[in-house]
Amino acid sequence: MDTLLSLLNGFGVALEPSKLVFCLIGVFLGTAVGVLPGIGPALTVALLLPITFKLDPAGSLIMFAGIYYGGMYGGSTTAILLNAPGESASLATALEGSKMAKAGRGGPALATSAIGSFVAGLIATIGLAFLAPWLVEVAVKFGPWDYFALMIVAFVTVSATFGDSPLRGLTSLFIGITLGLVGIDKLTGQARLTFGVPELLNGVEVTTLAVGLFAVGEAFYVASKRFRDPEEIIPIKGSLWMTKQDWKRSWAPWLRGTAFGFPIGALPAGGAEVPTFLSYSTEKKLCKYPDEFGKGAIEGVAGPEAANNASAAGTLVPLLTLGLPTSATAAIMLAGFQQYGLNPGPLLFAEKPDLVWGLIASLFIANVMLVILNLPLIGLWVRLLAVPQPWLYAGILVFSTMGTLAVNGSPVELAQLFLFGFVGYLMRRYDYPVAPMVVGLILGPMAEQQLRRALQISLGDPMILLENPGSATLLGIAFIALVAPFAMKGLNKFKASED
Amino acid sequence: MTNETGRQGANRPALIVGVLLLIAAALVGYDASQQTITSNYGVGPTAVPYVVTAGLVILGLAHFVVAFREGLPEPEEADNKALLWIAGGLAFLIACIALGGGFTIAIAAVFACTARGMGRQAFLVDAIIGFVLGLFIYLVFAKVLTLILPSGPLERLFL
Repeated sequence: MDTLLSLLNGFGVALEPSKLVFCLIGVFLGTAVGVLPGIGPALTVALLLPITFKLDPAGSLIMFAGIYYGGMYGGSTTAILLNAPGESASLATALEGSKMAKAGRGGPALATSAIGSFVAGLIATIGLAFLAPWLVEVAVKFGPWDYFALMIVAFVTVSATFGDSPLRGLTSLFIGITLGLVGIDKLTGQARLTFGVPELLNGVEVTTLAVGLFAVGEAFYVASKRFRDPEEIIPIKGSLWMTKQDWKRSWAPWLRGTAFGFPIGALPAGGAEVPTFLSYSTEKKLCKYPDEFGKGAIEGVAGPEAANNASAAGTLVPLLTLGLPTSATAAIMLAGFQQYGLNPGPLLFAEKPDLVWGLIASLFIANVMLVILNLPLIGLWVRLLAVPQPWLYAGILVFSTMGTLAVNGSPVELAQLFLFGFVGYLMRRYDYPVAPMVVGLILGPMAEQQLRRALQISLGDPMILLENPGSATLLGIAFIALVAPFAMKGLNKFKASED
Repeated sequence: MTNETGRQGANRPALIVGVLLLIAAALVGYDASQQTITSNYGVGPTAVPYVVTAGLVILGLAHFVVAFREGLPEPEEADNKALLWIAGGLAFLIACIALGGGFTIAIAAVFACTARGMGRQAFLVDAIIGFVLGLFIYLVFAKVLTLILPSGPLERLFL
């Protein structure tokens, strides 16, 4: 009952005209960046952070969440019409979606992904609303050792368990943690890894790293292979609407996709890739028309798209209740909270219920807005793909530098931005994931603080981590998650066979 | 070509990453060893850096192993000219801001150089677009957000 009351309160906040405007801007921007190849929601939120830090926190966070959801909707458009998934979460959608588009059924493919996203988003957001308060009650009892163990789990799963290469993921993570060490140690005032450069005393800015890796790095990467043939847009032929049979074949995959997406997104394992591929292979097995798979089966679009959106709502569960980001976008959103001095976690639910519940309520509104924006306006979004790439990326770089200069106009900060950009380029080139680095930079200092707090309480005895059942279990999970991919390289093979 | 050499000897990119990781480990470890402030109870500010050092060493060594086995994924050929254009634009931007040339000119250069690097051949047109865009952003920040971006002689005319 409490949850319903809080949620109603939240709707009171989210339905204020100014919040609705923020939400609309968010979903609009989110869809746009989801459609444009190469720019994802993480990058967009990172670019907006410096511009929004003087605005209303609740409004800005609602906008960020709108971008996150919108990006998930928009990504399917590119995947289906270009066979060029905008982000890894829509890889599975592209498999069948592009085949459907080539067979002249692009309309129904877009429709089933939009409506599927809507259904999944709605169910998953309800899940978020009811799971969050319960988790908050559990989290209140967490000691620093539990938080530390939880962060270790997040480190391992984000970098090692679900990537293509655990070694490259862990390398990315450790570079992030190393960058997190730079600056003044908060507990003692000791300067670390600053090498006498005063600008480094404040540490490495999360936004600088994120914008450098995502925006500048992506621009370099796209430019470096620009002489490849540009992708061709497949025009939508025939009706946009789904036939009765399409509906019949879509609803079950939507629900199954949601069932995969939400829990996996909510676990500190993160990512939308795993649930989308799980959903894809499940639909392939359960489909009544198995010979259609590979030629454009609607189930193969409906399921993964639903899983994709449900996992986005899922990642908000650990983010809001524990302050634990499990995807790149969630990591940047955490930075968004922090720039207003807000720390997501159980305390935030107690101290700022209006903000938290307003944000959750706004997700329902965002979903409704998105399905309205996406179905009739699909033509507009497709036209967005016609923006010349040189201007698109030139604009992205202008925005990146603008953001950095707005926060901190020093040449040292700019040099960092471009250095990270070049690192991001090299990482893309040699297939190192960039998200673990951002997670490492954000979570690294937090994990260190929790560890040292735990050891202060135990007077320096590290056994405290293993004596508490909560942290001991979590560390056990982290250990298994770390060793598992090395022990059985089966996951990679499974992934490869889906291509 | 590259594929063959990759299989016969050690994979160069993996070796380089391994060396870089070891250098990073040495830096972090050295920095921690030079620290003077310690904590009276619990662990001090040096504990985690040493753990990170150990992690970096392990990862660096693992890269050496990988270099003699499968190596890193073979990347596609890169268009270095495009990269140089973009990097040049960004280098100009840093210089321009550091020397007080102002935001607008810096942005114009970044816009034009990036567009050029991405394959457009209308440098002057793009520079003008970038100039207008930069000035517009500068004025919006100054008037609406009351945030003054780096200013040069040009920007001061508008304040």
